[in-house]
Order: sequence, then C-alpha cells, then structure tokens
Amino acid sequence: MKDKYIVSSAPHMHDKTTIPNVMWNVVIALSPALVFAVYYWGIRSLVLTLLGALTAVLTEALIQKLRKVPVSVADGSAFLTGMLLSYNINPGAPWWLPVMGSVFAIAVGKQVFGGLGNNPVNPALLGRAFLLASWPTLMTSGWLKPKTGNLSGLNDLDAIATNLQDLSPKAYALVTGATPLKVVQSLRDSSFVASVNANAGEGVDIANRIFTNITEMASLKNLFWGNIGGCIGEVSAFALLLGAAYLLYKNIIEWRIPLFYIGTVFVLTFLFGPLKGSGYSMMLPFFHIFSGGLMLGAFFMATDYTTTPLSKNGRIIFAIGCGVLTVVIRLVGGYPEGVSYSILFMNVMTPLIDRFTIPKAFGRIKK
Amino acid sequence: MRLRTFPGGVHPHDEKHYSATAPITKAPLPAKVTIHLSQHIGAPSTPVVAVGDEVKTGQLIAEASGYVSLNQHTSISGKVTAIDRFPHPCGTTSLAIQITGDGKDEWVDMVDEADYMNLPTEEMKARITAAGICGMGGAGFPTHVKLSPPEDKPIDTVVLNGVECEPYLTSDYRLMLEHAEQIISGLKLLMKIVNAKKGVIGIEANKPDVIDLMEKLLKKESNLEVVGLKLRYPQGAEKQLIFAATKRKVPAGGLPMAVGVVVQNVGTAFAVYEAVRYKKPLIDRIITITGAPLSKPGNLKARIGTPFSELVEFCGGATMPVGKVISGGPMMGFALPNLDATMSKGSSGLVLMNEKSARLMDEKNCLRCARCVDVCPMNLLPSTIAGAVKYKNLDMAVNAGLNDCMKCGSCAYVCPAQIRLVQWIDTGKIRYAEAMRAKK
Repeated sequence: MKDKYIVSSAPHMHDKTTIPNVMWNVVIALSPALVFAVYYWGIRSLVLTLLGALTAVLTEALIQKLRKVPVSVADGSAFLTGMLLSYNINPGAPWWLPVMGSVFAIAVGKQVFGGLGNNPVNPALLGRAFLLASWPTLMTSGWLKPKTGNLSGLNDLDAIATNLQDLSPKAYALVTGATPLKVVQSLRDSSFVASVNANAGEGVDIANRIFTNITEMASLKNLFWGNIGGCIGEVSAFALLLGAAYLLYKNIIEWRIPLFYIGTVFVLTFLFGPLKGSGYSMMLPFFHIFSGGLMLGAFFMATDYTTTPLSKNGRIIFAIGCGVLTVVIRLVGGYPEGVSYSILFMNVMTPLIDRFTIPKAFGRIKK
Repeated sequence: MRLRTFPGGVHPHDEKHYSATAPITKAPLPAKVTIHLSQHIGAPSTPVVAVGDEVKTGQLIAEASGYVSLNQHTSISGKVTAIDRFPHPCGTTSLAIQITGDGKDEWVDMVDEADYMNLPTEEMKARITAAGICGMGGAGFPTHVKLSPPEDKPIDTVVLNGVECEPYLTSDYRLMLEHAEQIISGLKLLMKIVNAKKGVIGIEANKPDVIDLMEKLLKKESNLEVVGLKLRYPQGAEKQLIFAATKRKVPAGGLPMAVGVVVQNVGTAFAVYEAVRYKKPLIDRIITITGAPLSKPGNLKARIGTPFSELVEFCGGATMPVGKVISGGPMMGFALPNLDATMSKGSSGLVLMNEKSARLMDEKNCLRCARCVDVCPMNLLPSTIAGAVKYKNLDMAVNAGLNDCMKCGSCAYVCPAQIRLVQWIDTGKIRYAEAMRAKK
C-alpha cells in the first residue's frame, strides 16, 4: 500500500487556541473601556484609539514587507499594541500623538527585535515612554474633563471650603485642574501644602480636607466608574475589570500577576500611603488601586506574554516587583503615577527572573 | 464520591462517543499475522522457530532474550512463512515473524485451574512470564519485571489503571464493563504476587457506570477500593495516577516501587488472570477502532499481529477521506503512513481522523505565553526546552526538564503558536542520548 496519510509527531489534537484568537480576545476585553471613554469625552477618544491601532498595523505591515517576511498583521497583535498605546494618552491630545507613539512602539519596540515574541519590553509602554520623554506637556497636562464630573474626582467641593473662591489659587487649581493621583502627590509636598493652606484661617487644614475628601466613598465611586480626568483607556476601573473577568474566564490571562500586583499596591499604600497627621484608612488603598493606570496595567500590560516570566513563581516575583515600584514612584518619586515605568523596569528584569526561577520537576526534591 | 486528581494537565474533548456503546466483538480470524519481536520495552525476543515450521495457536515462537524481555506466541495456527522486517505499529519497520494461517485455529493445550487463587506466588509469576505479558496501556513494560521488586522495596499497594485518559479510546472501558470480575481477580493475583495489602482501581469520572459497577463488586472487600478521578489528561500517566490515587509522589528518575506502589493497566490485570488460571499466553486483546470516518466504530477482541487494514475493513471502512491514522490514542499515539502495520500487545486503539482534523498548522514564533508551563503535569518549562533544543543548547534543555518529560503532549495541545513542542523535546532526548554515548 502506498503512503497516503499525514505523518506527524503527537499530539494529534489541539485545543484550537491560536495567536489571532488570543489577540482579538484581548481587543474585545479592552473595548468596554473605550465605550466609557466615548461616553466621557466623546467620539474623539474612539478616533484617537483607532488612529493609534491602525498606524501600528500599517507600520508593522510596512516593516514586514521591508524585512521580506510574511505580513502577519491579521493576528491582531499590532492592532492591540496600537490600541494599548492610545489608551495611555490624554483624550485631549492632538491626532498625531498616538500616530507617533504607535510608529515608535512597533518599529523600535517590536520589529527591530524580530517581531512578535522577541521584544524585550512591552512595545505599547515603550511607545508611551517615548511620547512622555518627547512631548511631556502634551502627555501630562491639558486633561479633558469627563462630561459628567470633574478632573480630580472630588465629589463634594463644598466640603473643602464654603466658597471655592476663598481657596488659595494653588488649592483651587489643584482641586479643579489635576487628576486624582496628581492631587495626592501634590499634598505630599510640604511647601505646597503650606501654600495651599495660606489663605485659610488659623488651624484650618485645607490640604488634609482635600486628602480626606478624595478618599471618601463618593469620590471612590467616581474613580471606579472613571468619572475623572485621565488617559483614554485607564479611567474606568469598572470597564477594565469587566474585560479582565472575560480574559480570566477565557483562560487568556492568568490570575497571579494581576492579583499580586494589585495586592502589593494595596498593602503598601495602606501602610505608607497616609499623609503626616492623617490616620490609617481602608479607603486609601482602594483609592490607589482604582486610580491611575493600575487596573489597565495590572490586567492588560503586566500580563503581556512575551515580556513576563515563564514560571509561576517568576510571575509572582515580577508582579510584586511591579507593585513595589509603582508605590515607590507614587509616594516618593517625581511622577504622580508609576505603573508604566514599573512594568517596563520589571520587563527588563524578566530574563534574570526566569533564570533563577526554573521550577523543580514533579517528584524532584527541592534543594 | 470525592473525585481526586493531579496538578496540571488539560481537558481535551474525550470523543469516546464513537465507540463507547459498542460491545466487545470478536474480530474475524486473520489469514496472516506478523508477530513483532519488539512489542515491549527491553531486548527484542529471540525466534525459536524457523521458516516452514508448523505452529499451533498460542505456541511459543520467540523467547525472552534476557530478563527485561518478553516471550512471543503465535496468535493463529499455520506455518511460519517469513522472519523479516515488517511495518510496526510505531510507524517504523522492525523484525517480526510472519505466520500464514491454516484457518483451523488449533490451540496448544491449556488448563483450567479451579484453585488458581491459591497457587504458590512463584508459580503465578512463572505463568505470567511464560505468557509473555507486558503493560497493555501502550508503553509495554514486561509485567514479570514489575512484579519482582527488590527486597528492600516492599510494595503495599497495587494501583490498577482504568483511567483511559486518551481521547477516543474505549477498549479499557468496555473491558471493565464486560469483564469486571475477571479484572478484580487479576488485581487480587497481582496483590498476592507482590504481597501488597491494598488494591486500588483508578477510574475517571466520564465512566460512571464502571465506577458504580466496580463499587458494587468491591463492597465487601475491605482492602480493595475504587478511586473516582476528575476528568483530566494525562491522568493515566503512571506518576500522575499514583499521585491522584494515593497522594504519593514518585521521585524524579525513580520507579513507582520507590513509594511502595505497582501500577498495572486493567487490560494487563485481565491478561494476568487468564495466564494464571488458564496458562493462556497473551495472543489477543481489546482494541478500539474509531474515528469520524468509520461507519461502524467498535471495540474488537483481535489477535495480536492482525493487520490494521483488516480491522478497519471489519469496522465498515472509511466513509470519507482519511487524513490521518493514529496507532494508539491521539495525544501520544503514532501517525501511520498507511494501514500495513499489525497490532501489537500495546495496541489499545486505532484512530482515524478526517482531513480537516488532520490538517497541520504552521509553527509560529513562541509568544512566551507560558500556557505550556501552566499545563505541564511534570512542572517543566516546555517552551524553554524546545527553544534550547532548537538552538542546540542541551545543558539548558536538561536544566529546564528535558529528562523529566514523559511526552504527554499537553504543552503542544495548548500552544497557541502551534509549536511542535513534543517533537522538539523528542529531538532533544535523542541528541542527549547521542551526547551521552559520545562521552563514554
């Protein structure tokens, strides 16, 4: 009989998960956040996101043509990188900002290393770091107010001062013009606190009032729904958790990194987050996990396959490292937010972590 | 019943519906058989017949060449017509004895020992050795070797493997359903031989009828137990089954006897029963012939050495184009180029796949997604091993677990980049063996 059947190595079955399947599912999981962004800031959030995503796709296709390798943009990974990059910029940014970021993310962050699976750091975060270094003003100011609230997420401005005009100009600018994390960061600066309290009466601590107010339930609700100023895709913890639940259910991301990342931030901000003179509060760690880019970072960026450790213990070390760095930057560093730099730093640490966390095989004695 | 299991593993569709309801049927007597001299782990058997010899069904035609080897018997009566290389169910060719049948099926003399349960254990073991029994779950380790642990390794538990975690296969399932009592007798014999106090039968939850049946039969036996196991592949792997059934961890590189356990497949237990009671050599077994292209998938009691083509024909032949033929189960079985090979003592199944299921996908770059790491039942880094083999870094491959891998295929099953991890690891194992030989 002649040979007529396919001969290949076992196994002869597959669970049908493919790279496009994984990537487009992450895109689906990210879309609730975009719905919220459109609701808060209008159609421009959608336009900026699509600009970033499509630029990434075009850049990847072009470079792959130049490299004379198969064009693989249909797998969704470039689209996802562009989408994540756009999620990390201000909804009020000019149209060319996500375009520049995506070109850099794909070209320098991914393709120079050989494309999918070979990049040492998360390309979207590298793109963001590039934008932050090149156009810092565009990346850190001029935030758009959400349609239904204010930038800081402070729910009850009346409780801070009976007449807002009585506040010192700096305090006024702070509560109306800064994002929640910027508010909290400013309040850690003693000379700033002194000037905030300058116009207030004897013994009135405006700074502490603002701090208390921003960690109250009503303000936390604004954080949870995303009714604050911030980057396109990061504001709504609710929308991101919805997407994260989908990815966990679909077995596309694994629980260790998000849990240990967010858990570390929770514990450390509870311990070290309070201002001088304000006591420990359970509200403060919730403020920290729902604010800034932590939800987006912990579920969608720190879980990036290529740039995170392979072993389970390695992933835990990675996540705790991200958490510690994020808290250090938020509480001590010069930036109000530290998620993206933390993840980038731990990305670079990944080969080292991998090297020291090779698991012991089933039945091998632990040394 | 609380279901037990092991860490890691995957959940493939079990696809047992094709053949699960088909009762065991006798396959027609083949006109010719080829009995391979390597159907087991160990030295190939040595022929004791020559071309032209007349043989009776069950007659010894090749004897064990040493301790870790096996006796082989002809499965039909007739004449030895060739001793040559023939297609092996592993996809290669190897030395075998071809018998052309006379259609009479005249058997050698057998006995029916009424009091077989009280034979001296040395006699039991001698009958098992004579019958040429090896593990019937696929690997084919000679059973008499497993039953002779050294003095300093006392065995307290015999675990019967009724897991059948490979998708599609139902031969063990049908055997347990139709011959439960004989299997239990086989288990008792095995326990007597190794002087074990406890017997455990591990069965996965997708066979509730067998679990019920076994529980009913074992109700009055205080030292025998049925352990229900969660549906998970590779639960039938020896170390995984021991952990699931007894919570004991076999040390890496060690054998089950290191933790006082002997594992035998239910089919082996049945063969042991037949060998001890009737002195019947292992010349037939249950094989599942299954898959979407077949019109009448079934569980056949077929003679060792029957060509696969005859078994497929008996099951109605293929009703649609066949893309792949797998000897064994789809997770660890061998893809065959054609149906020329003949079944061996380890042939638990033959799976036919249509062209769509058989289509091969291109390997992509590794994403480092670590899905392979999460499912590896041996807690290894499959993608790291494969990558190291690819770039010829054997030290790194060994460090990541090359030698602990049992090639269950869970990693390749979940890989979204369709990397042929098992193939790479296999290549690594071969290169490692070569490197070791070169060192000597």
